[in-house]
Amino acid sequence: MLINHPLLGLRDAQEFVYKGDASLLQRPQCESDNALDAFTNYAYLRSNPAGLHQELWYHEQGDRSWLVVTRNTLTHEIVNVELASEVDA
Amino acid sequence: MDYSIFRVVKEALRNHKGWGPAWRNPQPKPSYDILIVGGGGHGLATAFYLASRYGLRNIGVLEKGWLGGGNVGRNTTIVRSNYMLPGNEPFYELSMKLWEGLEQELNYNAMVSQRGVLNLCHSDAQRDAFRRRGNAMLLQGADAELLNTDGVRELYPYLNFDDARFPILGGLLQRRGGTVRHDAVAWGYARAADRLGVDLIQNCEVLDFRIENGVVSGVETSRGFIGATKVGVAVAGSSSRLMSKVGIDLPIESHVLQAFVSEGLKPLIPGVITFGAGHFYISQSDKGGLVFGGDIDGYNSYASRGNLPVVEDVCEGAMGLMPMLGRARLLRSWGGIMDMSMDGSPFIDRTAIPGLFFNGGWCYGGFKATPASGLCFAHLLATGSSHEVAAQMRLDRFVRGAMIDEKGQGAQPNLH
Amino acid sequence: MSRRVSPGRIGKKPVNFSFDGRTFQGHAGDTLASALLANDQLLLGRSFKYHRPRGLITLGSEEPNALVTIGSGARQTPNTRATTQELYEGLSASSQNRYPSLKFDLLSVNDRLSRFLTAGFYYKTFMWPRSFWESVYEPLIRRAAGLGKLSEVEDADQYDKGFLHCDCLVIGGGIAGLEAALEAAHQGKAVILCDENPRLGGMELFDSAPIDSVEGLIKELQSLSNVRLMSRTTVQGAFDHGVYSALTQNTDHVAQPHKAAPRQTLWRIYSSEAVLASGAHERMIAFDNNDRPGVMLSSALRGYLNYYGVLAGDTCAVFGCHDDARKTVVDLHAAGAKVIWIDTRSAHEPVDGVQCFTDARVVNTRGRHRLKGIEIEQGGERFWLPCDALGVAGGWNPRVQLTCHQGGRPRWSNDVGGFISGTDLPPGMRVVGAAAGEYLQGNWSPVWDVSKRGSAFVDPQNDVTVKDIKLAHQEGFISVEHLKRYTTLGMATDQGKNANTLGIGVLSQHTGNAIESVGTTLFRPPYTPVAIGALAGRARGKAFKPTRLTPSHEFATRQGASFVTVGNWLRAAYFPQAGETHWRESVDREALAVRNAVGVCDVTTLGKIDVQGRDAAQFLNLVYANGFLKLPVGKTRYGLMLREDGIVFDDGTAARLSENHFVVTTTTANAVPVYRHMEFVHQCLAPNLDVHLISTTESWAQFAVAGPRSRELLQRIVDLELSNEAFGFMACAETRLLDGTPARLFRISFSGELAYELAVPARFGNSLMQTLLEVGADLGATPYGTEALGVLRIEKGHAAGNELDGRTTAVNLGLGQMVAQTKDSIGRVLANRDLLANSTLRLVGFRSDQQILTGSWLIPPGRSSEQDNTLGWVSSACYSPNLGCYIAIGFISDADQYLGAQLRAVSLLDKVDVGVSVVSPHFIDPEGERLRV
Repeated sequence: MLINHPLLGLRDAQEFVYKGDASLLQRPQCESDNALDAFTNYAYLRSNPAGLHQELWYHEQGDRSWLVVTRNTLTHEIVNVELASEVDA
Repeated sequence: MDYSIFRVVKEALRNHKGWGPAWRNPQPKPSYDILIVGGGGHGLATAFYLASRYGLRNIGVLEKGWLGGGNVGRNTTIVRSNYMLPGNEPFYELSMKLWEGLEQELNYNAMVSQRGVLNLCHSDAQRDAFRRRGNAMLLQGADAELLNTDGVRELYPYLNFDDARFPILGGLLQRRGGTVRHDAVAWGYARAADRLGVDLIQNCEVLDFRIENGVVSGVETSRGFIGATKVGVAVAGSSSRLMSKVGIDLPIESHVLQAFVSEGLKPLIPGVITFGAGHFYISQSDKGGLVFGGDIDGYNSYASRGNLPVVEDVCEGAMGLMPMLGRARLLRSWGGIMDMSMDGSPFIDRTAIPGLFFNGGWCYGGFKATPASGLCFAHLLATGSSHEVAAQMRLDRFVRGAMIDEKGQGAQPNLH
Repeated sequence: MSRRVSPGRIGKKPVNFSFDGRTFQGHAGDTLASALLANDQLLLGRSFKYHRPRGLITLGSEEPNALVTIGSGARQTPNTRATTQELYEGLSASSQNRYPSLKFDLLSVNDRLSRFLTAGFYYKTFMWPRSFWESVYEPLIRRAAGLGKLSEVEDADQYDKGFLHCDCLVIGGGIAGLEAALEAAHQGKAVILCDENPRLGGMELFDSAPIDSVEGLIKELQSLSNVRLMSRTTVQGAFDHGVYSALTQNTDHVAQPHKAAPRQTLWRIYSSEAVLASGAHERMIAFDNNDRPGVMLSSALRGYLNYYGVLAGDTCAVFGCHDDARKTVVDLHAAGAKVIWIDTRSAHEPVDGVQCFTDARVVNTRGRHRLKGIEIEQGGERFWLPCDALGVAGGWNPRVQLTCHQGGRPRWSNDVGGFISGTDLPPGMRVVGAAAGEYLQGNWSPVWDVSKRGSAFVDPQNDVTVKDIKLAHQEGFISVEHLKRYTTLGMATDQGKNANTLGIGVLSQHTGNAIESVGTTLFRPPYTPVAIGALAGRARGKAFKPTRLTPSHEFATRQGASFVTVGNWLRAAYFPQAGETHWRESVDREALAVRNAVGVCDVTTLGKIDVQGRDAAQFLNLVYANGFLKLPVGKTRYGLMLREDGIVFDDGTAARLSENHFVVTTTTANAVPVYRHMEFVHQCLAPNLDVHLISTTESWAQFAVAGPRSRELLQRIVDLELSNEAFGFMACAETRLLDGTPARLFRISFSGELAYELAVPARFGNSLMQTLLEVGADLGATPYGTEALGVLRIEKGHAAGNELDGRTTAVNLGLGQMVAQTKDSIGRVLANRDLLANSTLRLVGFRSDQQILTGSWLIPPGRSSEQDNTLGWVSSACYSPNLGCYIAIGFISDADQYLGAQLRAVSLLDKVDVGVSVVSPHFIDPEGERLRV
């Protein structure tokens, strides 16, 4: 697979490490009343779609940036790549 | 219509006219007491045990494609009960015992072959961890032996002992572990369930559940609505897709696992060997092909295929373990959809919707669990309570802090 | 009799070779198969199940029968297709899967038993008596199974990997491929063309017509600088996003390859555009005994004649349903053979002088080791004719395999009489030529099964017959998937190239269902089988993974240290001195030296991360469970890092060198994961924090200098006041050595003694280690390795990797209070989950006069050795020279109940049951006084 890094262009996915669903960007507030439930859902429940999926990849063997990649889990087609630090969480 | 050598000979002499279909192909009834969604290994085993152990008869199995066409038809056939944690090991040991009596119970030769599963270790820390696990196995009634280098060399003299980057220090051996012919498991359970009156409905995809007054009343399928008092879902990698229809998010990610077989070779490897310095395992089928594989690709996928880096990784592991494999050829590759759970352990549980039960999260280790999964799921469906050995395999174990995490990697499926 | 009648297109240069111990002569340019054919050797192998005598049926890599073993020893290559093995001087080949010889194979008795050995028979028997499957039946089956044999010696060859980029990848060097390559090249594209054969030109080479136009195309392509032609190169897989794998054969056709030449090269080719010009290959028709040596595809019969100059028989029959059969008839006739043409169609353009039968079919053959005659059925009559070669023209299968590699399903085309690619191609790929079904249409329709008794082989290698297919269907295995699995059709080394379409056709014919509804199976990589060595490449032996050396490796080697592998690192485990014969002697001495004098240990491998920025402290406050906002400049603090799920991830230290500058340490094993995690927290969770991270593990050499005399030693080396007042416990500073070398000093202790860690830029590490020991010689300075390091930290009760097993929490480690509840930090919320927060499992110590084994389980005396009776396990153990007994640390539940009690440390694996007393894990100086002097 190839990932179109926003700064570096097309890179082989082998240079990256995969973490999981980009919903991890929406970390709950620890002070809220239902923090335990919120964190449990955050850490453990996944939509796991068969189709477009926003996910986190880390360019470990490159520039060490975290990317949010929108990829179709049925066809592996990648439709969007952006820097995680620039995503409005 | 029992299977035996006598029948094989008799039929051969009369031109095989007497062999009939191994199972019926019935039209679905308007409703069943219990519907199993998923005609793979676990679903078929569940149906069989519901009928044979719990005496239930009004059972239907719904399979969207052909029986056994999913992961049960494309795994690497390994069976073992070498888990460590008390939430897992009694379950897998029960499964092992069921494997040991399976052919007689099903009257089908599943070729249960207990020629040993050897996990190699390459460092003191790894051996220490193996000792902890091996002792746990023994404490829980399974079998285990800790071998040193010489012990491994006696079993497998052609492993790389001299030029290895990570020399073999020994291994954890479970002699009762081994392989089973995967297709035979699906067909054996199917045939046996069918003989007990279970309806196996193929080419019937479940599209949605029908919930009336908050309770399951049946399923909408590609062949119409079928009613049921209880519905048990066993669809492995498709779990999230199906359960999301009723708004249930699961602690599961679907990942691709690739596996490989080589051209047929004269006998080389009697048992199963797993490499400890890289993710790689290998055995040899009765037809002579080496069956091997390694890690999942690592990204969510429903494509049932993976990419080249894993193939290369797996072969590097092969060469690291047995440098003579260089001239064997990788003949066939395939991929499946693994239901990777957040702690690497499965779920056999009721859901928040009464009447709807879930069996999944088997990661890449579901095949060895087939008999116990079927039995425990049947127990749950028949009695309403968890089987003793599956008591911890609950969906709510995360909120309680009762994770069953063999690898200690936490809530990241691709690390399990 | 088959013999050479012309030089063909390969010439006449003689080459000597041997097969099954007999020597023969062929020509340069021959394959092993064509050379054997030229020498009238038709019997080349035995089929898998029935051990029937078999000869070649194809021209190339689709060959299912003629599998031989080339060479011996470290270069022994089983399952080599004789039809692709190029001949070289001295080549030595042997047949497979037969005993004692090819002509007299004992297991051919299976053929007599074939009615009992039908597909799936083994599922119905071998179940009784129960133990016999494993002890009797299976060993016999396994001994008979498999084809070729691997030598059990390491593969002596090396394999390379390469990476190529182009604009257009052309797969196949026949006319269609050559034309596509030229067109792309003229458009200015960078073109790579791959063909699996040694010579470009495709099927044209095997016909009798002149090949000038093909040669012209090749010449022109060779002249273009933007074209790379790769012969002997098979494109194996079409992966995501235009990534292709290809395999080049470098030396298998060379008699004396250069010893450094890699046997094969695996290429990863990146190309957004691909043209699949892989052609098509012919298929068989099912008739009884269609598998005898001498029966082959019509295109093979013609190809061996035109390209290799070998006429396979004196009397050659051609049986077909397709116009292509006529080409073979014409060529054979022109070569002087007596030709018989059997055509299933009612009319065809005749060939003068050739005996033709229309509306006819071959229904049987005879001749055990070589074809002797065929039975023809025409108009209800059946009669035998003698012949010694038969070419079958059953239609063509376009080679669409690569179009399926990303899940696209082929579809049946009635025009083509074969499966062509569906609509779902890998992005960027298009199909041309015969692979797309061109040239294959005509006045014909497929003929599948004309057998009378069903002994017609559909999958020749796996011995799957028409009878098997019918039986499978009768038993309810009606889908193609089930058919394939039950009968093993298509699962031989030819990957279904010969079996699949014919099998689907036979199934369609017998069920009456149209082929479109029967369906087909998918093809997956690799296109042809690939050597495992090629996929592994150079990552062999010691090069399997990189070896990382510590900065003081050279010093340690000179000292005769014994090394241990820790992840990818090589670390000194201990430094044996003269006279020491057992590792315990060295390790005990080193551990005593640290507590009584001073020791020096290279701890470079522990992760180091530089954290800088205005929000550095705030960032660390988020990442660690304990507080860091108020850490004073010049101080270091122990840091407990949790995973988001509340489980302990790693522990280490963070040193505040200045207001906005911290240095974080991690364990060796977690150096990479912790760094990755910190970047995740920063970029994904707190991108607005002004903080920057960089890994500095390899940039700084770091040494632990530990023991009561460590201050004295360091004062001689470091340009900094080191009194307890000036540089107290947990102090840190950026400083210099007395010789001006930049350095960092941290007063932290893993051993529990007065201790420091001294860091210098990595390139000075080796020299510093040397200097420390020389300068400290009079103080008794001793190098110590990972073993003593381990003993010291166990004596002190410090948790390390064994204790942080990915399931234990801060509470389990006795550090529950460290998780600050008044700030947000990773893992704080989930650490408070019921069963985690209320766990009674605690880290404790164990003492005994007998050795305690790591991985033992603790059981109270008097209870049976079962899981339910266990209290916990031993995670780290050693002999303590400082205490003079065996000690260990581990976890038990209800720890406060058992403190001071006696338990048993049981290892059933080792048959060991040792009495231990449960104590605090901090065996030495629990108050920490020695740390603070």
